[in-house]
Amino acid sequence: MAPLTQTKTGRATVEPRAFSWTWLGVAPFFLFVAAFLIWPTLSIIAQSFLDQDRRLTLRNILELGRPFIVSSYVYSLQLSAVTAIGGGILGGLLAYAITIGGLPRPLRDAVLSFSGVASNFAGVPLAFAFIATLGQLGVVTQWLRSVGISLYPAFSLYSFWGLSIVYIYFQIPLMVLIMAPAFEGMRREWREAAESLGATSWHYWRYIGLPILLPSILGTMVLLFGNAFGAHATAFQLTGGGSQGNVVTILIGAQISSDALANPGLGNALALGMIIIMGVCIGLYTWLQRLSARWLRS
Amino acid sequence: MLKRFWPWFWFTVGAMYFLVPLYATFDFSLRARRGELSFAAYANVLNDIKFVESFWFSFQTALATIVISALVIVPTAYWVQLRLPRLRPVIEFFTLLPFVVPAVVLVFSLARTYSRTPLTDSREGLWVLLIGSYVILSFPYMYRAVDTGLRSINIHDLTEAAQSLGAGWFTILARVIFPNVYTALLSGAFITFAIVMGEFTIAALLAQPAFGPYMNRLASSRVYEPSALAIISFALTWAAIAAIQWIGQGAQARVAGPR
Repeated sequence: MAPLTQTKTGRATVEPRAFSWTWLGVAPFFLFVAAFLIWPTLSIIAQSFLDQDRRLTLRNILELGRPFIVSSYVYSLQLSAVTAIGGGILGGLLAYAITIGGLPRPLRDAVLSFSGVASNFAGVPLAFAFIATLGQLGVVTQWLRSVGISLYPAFSLYSFWGLSIVYIYFQIPLMVLIMAPAFEGMRREWREAAESLGATSWHYWRYIGLPILLPSILGTMVLLFGNAFGAHATAFQLTGGGSQGNVVTILIGAQISSDALANPGLGNALALGMIIIMGVCIGLYTWLQRLSARWLRS
Repeated sequence: MLKRFWPWFWFTVGAMYFLVPLYATFDFSLRARRGELSFAAYANVLNDIKFVESFWFSFQTALATIVISALVIVPTAYWVQLRLPRLRPVIEFFTLLPFVVPAVVLVFSLARTYSRTPLTDSREGLWVLLIGSYVILSFPYMYRAVDTGLRSINIHDLTEAAQSLGAGWFTILARVIFPNVYTALLSGAFITFAIVMGEFTIAALLAQPAFGPYMNRLASSRVYEPSALAIISFALTWAAIAAIQWIGQGAQARVAGPR
């Protein structure tokens, strides 16, 4: 064992000559991450620029322009945008209601606990739940029919809007979990100061509340966007995983079992596209969080 | 009262969105027998040998994931706080990468990169890939939980005290650090458990006999049983999250769940 010395702060430290051993302590972590995350991801990224004979090419990237791939990306982006905005607005209003809205405290705790569960309740069982609710035989569908409103065939759970409704179920709780602390970070004094200067509720929200919260709200919505964009299981269960007119994640998943596109490089390029979009989301989210941290400590 | 109209209104809308599908699913799951309400769908599911097998498989996988994740994360988080505090943002960055690389891209990359190696050519190899991916998915929760847990104890003094009594690194980790971050570890473990039990994408694409793919297949042959499974699955998630809140370490769920 390395000898110990006392530093000024009284902390035990190892003498400098043990330097190289110090780094060894984090080696297992980095080896694990390298083997199961970094190396595979980097090799996929690199291979999107290689053809089957491992020569440099842009063909894979250019082939992303095929109509059905573009339409798949557009579909995914639209679905993510709609559910991020829809889930963001509903979740934001719910977070507002349970925090500074002045509802009884137990309701706040109940909603936060439930959100913790619901944000993890996704994928296959969530699809089942909505099939039982809004599917052709679903309970709500039947009930609406009994009062004279028939959802089908105008609506389908398996369509764009059906998928959106299901996705929003896991988007709302995530928004609530992140926004509730932000709302609670709003100081009462700000409102009092504004009111003492004669501001109405509208003035307060327009000039103080919203500007302070906006980076937080937008940042969380960006996170929701990425959350929906990377989702696979929910959409797979609802749409059956057919390769046409579908979300990008299903297109990528289909590349594992069979090379449906007849070009392995194209699968890599598809994955690269996703990584870039997710990377932009996380980058944007981090930047907006930093902006909001100026006023809110959450 | 009127002043609180909008908060109550939005609360009601949110509660409806949350609860109506759950109620409808429960209602639907009771209708397996024509003309009466019964738990027949639940009985059918629980008596299905494939349910038991896949549940047991995922349960074992979850336990293995938790053990490996703890064995990697606890020493790493400990060491970083003790000796390499500058490395903390780097470790944090790597644990958050699963948000940038979605599950489907992760499994795609693993399958492509390790194709034609024992990792993809054998049952055991695929199981290793499965657990490896799940451990990666568990890192954000585990690292955050353990790192917070370690901050609440004075690891410098504990380490020093143990060393002065002649303890080596293994003894320090096993008998001083692990017992002290036990509750933090548990909260990370429960969220990992919830994620692994319901995970579909990685398990299905690696052709593993897990609970997620079992649920998926059941839907093609049964009508009422899937909703019973959804209720069981919700109860399981709820139990895991309740356990975390009961332990009192707020390792709240973020993004890498089984979407």
